[in-house]
Amino acid sequence: MTSIITFKNITKRFGARAVLDHLDLEIPRGKITFIVGKSGEGKSVTIKHIMGLLKPDEGRIIVDGIDITDFEQEELRQYRKKFGMLFQQAALFDSMTVGENVLFPLKEHTKLPLDEMLKRVEMTLAQVGLPNMQHKFPTELSTGEKKRVGLARALVSRPEIILYDEPTTGMDPLVSEMIDELIVRVNAEIEGITSIVISHDLKAALATGEYIIFLYKGKIALAGAPKDFKSTKDPVVRQFFSGKVEGPMEFL
Amino acid sequence: MATLTIKNSVVGSVSLVGRWTTERLTNLGAFGRYIYEIFRQACTPPIRWDLIFQQLEFVGNQSLNIIILTGFFTGAVFALQIGGIFQIFRAESIMGAATAKALTREMAPLMTAFLLTGRAGSAMTAEISTMRVNEQVDAMEAMAVDPIHYLVVPRLIASMLIIPLLCAIFIFVGTFGAFVTGVAVFDVDVGIFIDRIKWMVDARDIFNGLEKAFVFSIIIASIACRYGLNASGGAKGVGRATTTSVVMTLLVILFCDVFITYVQLRL
Ligand SMILES: Nc1ncnc2c1ncn2[C@@H]1O[C@H](COP(=O)(O)OP(=O)(O)OP(=O)(O)O)[C@@H](O)[C@H]1O
Ligand SMILES: [Mg+2]
Repeated sequence: MTSIITFKNITKRFGARAVLDHLDLEIPRGKITFIVGKSGEGKSVTIKHIMGLLKPDEGRIIVDGIDITDFEQEELRQYRKKFGMLFQQAALFDSMTVGENVLFPLKEHTKLPLDEMLKRVEMTLAQVGLPNMQHKFPTELSTGEKKRVGLARALVSRPEIILYDEPTTGMDPLVSEMIDELIVRVNAEIEGITSIVISHDLKAALATGEYIIFLYKGKIALAGAPKDFKSTKDPVVRQFFSGKVEGPMEFL
Repeated sequence: MATLTIKNSVVGSVSLVGRWTTERLTNLGAFGRYIYEIFRQACTPPIRWDLIFQQLEFVGNQSLNIIILTGFFTGAVFALQIGGIFQIFRAESIMGAATAKALTREMAPLMTAFLLTGRAGSAMTAEISTMRVNEQVDAMEAMAVDPIHYLVVPRLIASMLIIPLLCAIFIFVGTFGAFVTGVAVFDVDVGIFIDRIKWMVDARDIFNGLEKAFVFSIIIASIACRYGLNASGGAKGVGRATTTSVVMTLLVILFCDVFITYVQLRL
């Protein structure tokens, strides 16, 4: 496995609590990787480290062979151009319409003619199942719709690495299914793209994921292909699969 | 035993003062870096004209009414107060000039800055801190757009352009307010009123007044945006950031006012 992102011995503390505790992690290039774990386990914190939005207290982060841990603002800005990211709460700009939100990354970083950009915006919004929504404002949307606009905004600039923070949470089963299919399709269609998905939904992880990382207590409890997860004897992982409260897993 | 307690408390308070001073200095250092970063970003293309115009409209146009209203009444009331005093010495013909001088050098820049802190500065902090706590600032960074370039620089440039202009309007309207008081209450001759103003207020006064307004505009926008970007902790954090930012801005303006006035009068 050639990895595109490597965490070496990463520790991140908030107050006294180490959310990531000497974490070693590798994300394979060109695949769909799922990061799974219970709520508050540090999944969002992990992908914010990948983007350089948070800095580790200890350890190094290597992306594409380059150590990004100590990047300054300007280097980070260049580095982030290869990413698309869907935030857990969508994080749409309230002051802009849906169309302007999705247009934003294109307008900032490409030199396409405006009508070309608008066409791409329209197409991407249609892909996430929201045609004719361009002129609405984020406050007029439901949680699931916001999420899909955020998804369109992450996809529109065709990034090399795309990070999805819980893309299907807050959506009905049909739309969830559609989004999962979209993730698979995007990963298949764009040459060399790497997809990283954070999810609670283990069924989706097993169905769509090619590599799964299970975080527990700031470390990896298990990482591997879906078949490794189906056959695992690890009691904590099995408990998470079963969805039962009784078991060895500790709740903070 | 007793000496030990005293010794401990002395050591304790010395280290407390030390810690407090270190914290202030660290904050000051961070603020210096922030100001440097703003000016670096301001010199980085592209210039975001659309955002600057949006802010000009917000800071300028929407504050115009309140500036005119406050300016008029400040001038009128001030003239009323000093008119009464000047009358004792039969010097009411220079009350307009005295008001204009005070307005130009001190009251207009200060009042304009205070009004704009409450009106525009607070809104800047509220807006940016809301974006911060809702991860919109993170999203912007994630999309490789510098929040200082996108959010702070347009607000700063717009403020630097429009606040001195608002101050000039304040001076003009305030003097008109004094004029109305002078003519209506103290029966001053129109020609003499204007003549005395020309005699007492020169270009340097106006320049000094606008200079202050210019410095205050930088203080207002940079502090407002700073507190916005540093906010944390949900809706409560937005409220906290806004209040602190307004209080801090007013204090810094007052402090700088003394300093600038001193320098202006010595030069
Ligand atoms: N900026 C921050 N300041 C302080 N604590 C934080 C911060 N960000 C995250 N945390 C803490 O880190 C822990 C992990 O947070 P994180 O958002 O990564 O959880 P998560 O795994 O994404 O959970 P969920 O599935 O609920 O989204 C939480 O306990 C949270 O309180
Ligand atoms: Mg999360």
